Amino acid sequence: MENFNILIHFDYTLMIVTIGAALLGAVSGSLGTYAVLRRQSLLGDAISHAALPGIAIAFLLTGSKAPLILVLGAAIAGWLGTLLIMSVVRLTRIKYDSALGIVLSTFFGFGLVLHTLIQRTGNANQAGLDTFLFGQAATILARDILTIGVLGGIAIVITFIFWKELKLLVFDDGFAASLGFPIRALDILLTSLLVIAIVLGLQAVGAVLMSAMLVAPAVAARQWTNKLSVMMLLAACFGALAGVSGTIISSTASRIPTGPTIVLCATVVVGFSIAFASNRGLLWDWLRQQRNRRNLKMTEQPQQGND
Amino acid sequence: MLQSQLEIQLIAIVTAVACALPGVFLVLRRMTLMSDAISHAILPGIVLAFFLTENLSSPLLIVAAAGTGVLTVVFVELLQRTKLVKEDAAIGLTFPALFSIGVILISRFAGNVHLDMDAVLLGELAYAPLNRLETFGYDLGPASLYVMGTILLLNLVFILLFYKELKLATFDASLAATLGFAPTIIHYGLMTLVSVTTVGAFDAVGSILVVALIAGPPATAYLMTDELSRMLILSAVIGCVNAVSGYWLAFLFDVSIAGSIATVTLLVFGLIFMVVPNRGLIAIARRRSRQKWEFAQTMLVIHLFNHEGLPEAEAESEIAHLHEHLRWDPTFATQVVRYALNNRCVLQKETQLTLTQQGRTIAQQALVQ
Repeated sequence: MENFNILIHFDYTLMIVTIGAALLGAVSGSLGTYAVLRRQSLLGDAISHAALPGIAIAFLLTGSKAPLILVLGAAIAGWLGTLLIMSVVRLTRIKYDSALGIVLSTFFGFGLVLHTLIQRTGNANQAGLDTFLFGQAATILARDILTIGVLGGIAIVITFIFWKELKLLVFDDGFAASLGFPIRALDILLTSLLVIAIVLGLQAVGAVLMSAMLVAPAVAARQWTNKLSVMMLLAACFGALAGVSGTIISSTASRIPTGPTIVLCATVVVGFSIAFASNRGLLWDWLRQQRNRRNLKMTEQPQQGND
Repeated sequence: MLQSQLEIQLIAIVTAVACALPGVFLVLRRMTLMSDAISHAILPGIVLAFFLTENLSSPLLIVAAAGTGVLTVVFVELLQRTKLVKEDAAIGLTFPALFSIGVILISRFAGNVHLDMDAVLLGELAYAPLNRLETFGYDLGPASLYVMGTILLLNLVFILLFYKELKLATFDASLAATLGFAPTIIHYGLMTLVSVTTVGAFDAVGSILVVALIAGPPATAYLMTDELSRMLILSAVIGCVNAVSGYWLAFLFDVSIAGSIATVTLLVFGLIFMVVPNRGLIAIARRRSRQKWEFAQTMLVIHLFNHEGLPEAEAESEIAHLHEHLRWDPTFATQVVRYALNNRCVLQKETQLTLTQQGRTIAQQALVQ
């Protein structure tokens, strides 16, 4: 009965948080499409961890905890980490996964060092490490929704402007290079867009789970379509769906953290899509196999009669 | 040096080496991020085992966590086998989901129980000596030293016993399968080892920094050698260096030890990346600039060779007009002429260039190629 009440009296805070989570899900879902298609699903994990020293340095330099300053620091650090990954892969024989692992863990370690430095100064105005790791969806305010909407909107509009170029980069970068498209610049552009999506999401779901917000909606969307535009739209819808349902579920009972619930909702959407998607899904595949087997039997029988 | 300082460093060294050895194979097999996935996904295993035993140092915790780690590997493989999800996305789906279950379990049921998220994710090496192993009233030393020592021994024995199989399965999985070496079993053996190592190490350095210990030293060693055995030894040594210098830096600046070790790992990797002969950044830059000048010099001698002994030779080998014939920037042309003169490929006769025997040979060889 109590749960029912909460659903009916949709209070203002919950509404703000739900809208914020939905927007975040939509932005990270649609931008995550590119990461998943390029087999860089774990780049989000690396960027979100690599953002920690940026937040700490921004705090150490300015002494302020204003979201915009910390977000800027996070974006710069995440972006530098990605550039390092790209150049290590390009210049050495170290593979993508190892470069990602090194940057992810060591940047985070450096952030931890800076964090202990901040703690030692005894500054009461500390940048919370827990918030960074797990996010605090409950702290989303109306002005955060504006930030998410504007920055996320800009990022998505940029993908529309460079639609043809990015599509070519994702599906056949060698061909794109041979046509004279500036591959490395496009790569950096796409990565910068990812950095924006990730940094926006850090506050709500935290560093550890941010990668799932990029990957899960896109993977689910991939099962339903073979078209990039449809996939991006579906991923945005799935991301928003996960954001809304996760927020509402976690609000119905006490002590269920929002971020992890959103991630589990997204995982459920993926599971459903893999099982039941038309054409690609497991059920569909099984049905097709059964039908093929039946057809094979039907064509076999008359032949036996002829013999 | 205090006894506790010595103990912390010993634990750090043993942990670093224990992580670096299986890390070599992960780096070579392009599966480094499985360690990241495992280190996060073991959380629900730890939480459930903790609910059962209510004891953070129970050995059941390690068993349950390692089991969850292997389960993660199985999940990732199953997802991949549907052919609907690529490997990276399969990893990126599995571990956040398992990790989320762990976080929800903790905040829903653990409440006031002492199971600190920070301790799981970040670890604290400084507290490691506090938990001591005591038998019959005798203090035998810190418990985590024994745990990590056992894991290190396990890793060493596994790698030494199955060195040949691991090597073959890593560099040519299909040949290993053809010869009947069962790469799947080796794969799962290695993954079990990684799970156990991660669980043992997370206590000391936390789950995120385990990745630095597993990926850092092997990747650094990979820049330095082509030999598997040498890479194993080098990564162990680099792991030790990182651990000890990381500890002292942390001591000096009074910061997190694990974080400091990770930072040193990045610095050492960056340093080797710059200076290593043949493959380092500096070597690459020098090779590229040398190739630029050598190519220009070859162009010059071919130009001279083509016109040698012909009526127009006098006009074509005029130094002041070279840049027009070769379509070079005038200053660049002067520099190339100086480079070629230094290498004794050409001789200057008043305002004209003539080929030496050496220059002629270079031109002939370049044209034949």
